[in-house]
Amino acid sequence: MSPLLEVTDLRIAFGRSRREVVHGASFSLEPGERLGLIGESGSGKTVTALAVMGLLAENAYVSGSIRLAGRELVGLRDSELAPLRGDLMSMVFQEPMTALDPTMPVGRQVAEVLLLHQNLGHGVARGRVLEVLAEVGLEDPERVADAYPHALSGGQRQRVVVAMALINRPDLVICDEPTTALDVTVQAKVLNLLDTELEAVGASCLFISHDLAVVSQLCERVLVMLDGDLVEQGTMAQVFNAPNHPYTRGLVATARLDAVAPGERLPTVEDFYERPGRR
Amino acid sequence: MSLYEVDHVSRRYGRVGTPGSVLAVDDVSLIVETGQRLGIVGESGSGKSTLVRMMTALDEPTSGGIRFEGDVVSHRAERDLGGLRSSVQLVFQDPRSSLNPRMRVGAIVTEPLRSRLLRVSGDVPTDHRARLAEVLESVDLPLEVADRFPHELSGGQRQRVAIARALAPKPQVLIADEPVSALDVSVRAQVLNLLTDLVAAHGLTLIMVSHDLTVVRHVCDSVIVMRHGRIEEQGASEQVYRDPQSDYTRELLAAIPTFRVT
Amino acid sequence: MRRAGLWIGVVLVAVVILAALVSLVWTPYDPLQIQPAQTLQPASWRHLLGTDGFGIDILSRLLVGARTTVYVGVVAVSLAALGGVPLGVLAGMRGGWVSEIVLRVSDILYAFPALLLAILLAAAVGASTGTAMVAIGIASIPAFARVARAATLIVMTQDYILAARASGTSRWIVSVRHVLPNIAAVLGVQASVSFGIAILAEAALSYLGLATPPPTPTWGRMLHDAQTYIFTSPIQALWPGLAIALSVLGLNLLGDGLRDHLDPRLREAA
Repeated sequence: MSPLLEVTDLRIAFGRSRREVVHGASFSLEPGERLGLIGESGSGKTVTALAVMGLLAENAYVSGSIRLAGRELVGLRDSELAPLRGDLMSMVFQEPMTALDPTMPVGRQVAEVLLLHQNLGHGVARGRVLEVLAEVGLEDPERVADAYPHALSGGQRQRVVVAMALINRPDLVICDEPTTALDVTVQAKVLNLLDTELEAVGASCLFISHDLAVVSQLCERVLVMLDGDLVEQGTMAQVFNAPNHPYTRGLVATARLDAVAPGERLPTVEDFYERPGRR
Repeated sequence: MSLYEVDHVSRRYGRVGTPGSVLAVDDVSLIVETGQRLGIVGESGSGKSTLVRMMTALDEPTSGGIRFEGDVVSHRAERDLGGLRSSVQLVFQDPRSSLNPRMRVGAIVTEPLRSRLLRVSGDVPTDHRARLAEVLESVDLPLEVADRFPHELSGGQRQRVAIARALAPKPQVLIADEPVSALDVSVRAQVLNLLTDLVAAHGLTLIMVSHDLTVVRHVCDSVIVMRHGRIEEQGASEQVYRDPQSDYTRELLAAIPTFRVT
Repeated sequence: MRRAGLWIGVVLVAVVILAALVSLVWTPYDPLQIQPAQTLQPASWRHLLGTDGFGIDILSRLLVGARTTVYVGVVAVSLAALGGVPLGVLAGMRGGWVSEIVLRVSDILYAFPALLLAILLAAAVGASTGTAMVAIGIASIPAFARVARAATLIVMTQDYILAARASGTSRWIVSVRHVLPNIAAVLGVQASVSFGIAILAEAALSYLGLATPPPTPTWGRMLHDAQTYIFTSPIQALWPGLAIALSVLGLNLLGDGLRDHLDPRLREAA
């Protein structure tokens, strides 16, 4: 079975000075697989995701290859990429408040995603929207559909965003820190939701986060990014038992706070891997 | 005499009966002793940050009173709060918004030393340059950082600057409002270790607000769990962690993601 | 490519300022000397832009006119800023009834066009450059007050304001040390825009004879004088008109460019 997403030697640079932020990343994602991408802020993980979706800024230079279902995405014009977004591949962003238009009722925004890719009557679309809002666990989907984003809680908004991402049953869902801004109990529920929905739709998932513990809830395999380089690729078990890179060891250690006895000093990444020039 | 006496404090926003009126803190009473390391745990809307703002007189309770070292600090004029301000310092959650982007680190850290109110009421160090060097060293930042602007530093470094600023006037009490929540997980341990070490080294009283019970368990000896403005549970942090009495605390603990190998 | 607007704006504004400065020490011809023999000459090597109905070299008058334009613009904007910014910051920091009063006062001022104020002042003390500056300055206060207030409100949501209060910093010092530097960028943009508006206002006022009295050349006055020859020598109106248009364009481009230049940097800083 050929991989759904195949990224080869991806390089991303910005600005006239061509400052490179991703230095040749290569990885692949099978259909139905959940792959985590872990890194700190500034490691390049988000721009990698944006590159796959073709959502980078004007001043970004992308080289290398990104093949989605066999089709090359690098070099495509926005007019050729736009039909794929929301349909073949979709994205769940970190901040539900900015991912949703504050001036439009939520139901209309979900319907927009549907109608962009499918030719449906408004009545049918409305029905489908209510269906999917109920599916993501929102009580009283009618009321939610007519509500504006600010009237909903953070958890509710994120459920709406998940609904928008999944409504067209995409092959690939990219999640960029989808639960970082949520309370811990809400996070648990949203992660559960993602798990069931991804399963139901049969979609692959690229899950980006700085939190290894969160990623391990959903993903079987994980990539580790450090300052633009992919320093580790493996299953959770491999990463835990036999990591290649000392930075990975550090990440695993800091993700397991519960394993440290109270009163003892907490392990830091620097205990395992000292980065040059950083303090 | 306890360090802090919070007596049946409530905070309501908006007027009763009007839409949008919120009871952020609902009849909370609490005692903090000198040398205690208290954790305040809750999710958004629990009132934890509002409670702490009232304890530092940055917000006023709508009923009830707060005493610090025996003196009433709620509903006092700014000029009478010198004692509180020189003894209690805050570290905020978001290192991007708690440091003035147009000021250099050195000026940011020494700002409390330049406050007339503090100089008049407390035992505040007068040699700013020396104190700056001292305090930057204690947060493990090189002196060169003093000439830089916040946006040139990483999240972890910025938070350490915030801690340095809080320590500059030699306070007795450090109140940290979600000090590591805005940082990457891999950077949190460093800042938490630093806080633990500093509190121990200077004999500070610590009040730490967090949404993460596992973090609180490490840094604090006692904890209160808040929900919808009320205290759900309180006790020794290890005790609450191992044997939670309230359903909500149990739910909180169960929701914390732990690294698992499928 | 995106910066093109900013640079064009800078160049245009620089040219105007340069013209004003140069005119202080030299002009090709005497801008006040009437030469009946030379009236309405077309552009030539001797008179680069030709001469006007009084036989005076247009370029020379234009250069001196730039002086008034810059002078009035700078003073009017300074007056507006000195009046509007403290009001706006006060309203933003205090909120409540203080903010309400400031907003209502600024609404009242807004209702008075600079023109009306200029007429009132001219009637009271006689028209002059001074009355024009004061009138335009006062009319521009509301814009600064509103912008300052809005920017201050945003700054007040930042934790570093709370941190300063928790450190015992007085409200007054907070406004100077923390608020002003962080709203300066926005105010700079507003200043560019207001400068452009001031130029237009000055031109209108001097066209109507409510500003600098003749014989001192101002661009608005030159437009007025050109009216008489609109059918015989329409080009008379072209030069001052173009000067006004290009200066205002330059200032708007400068303002826009500054705003764009500052925005992504601010986001990057965050």
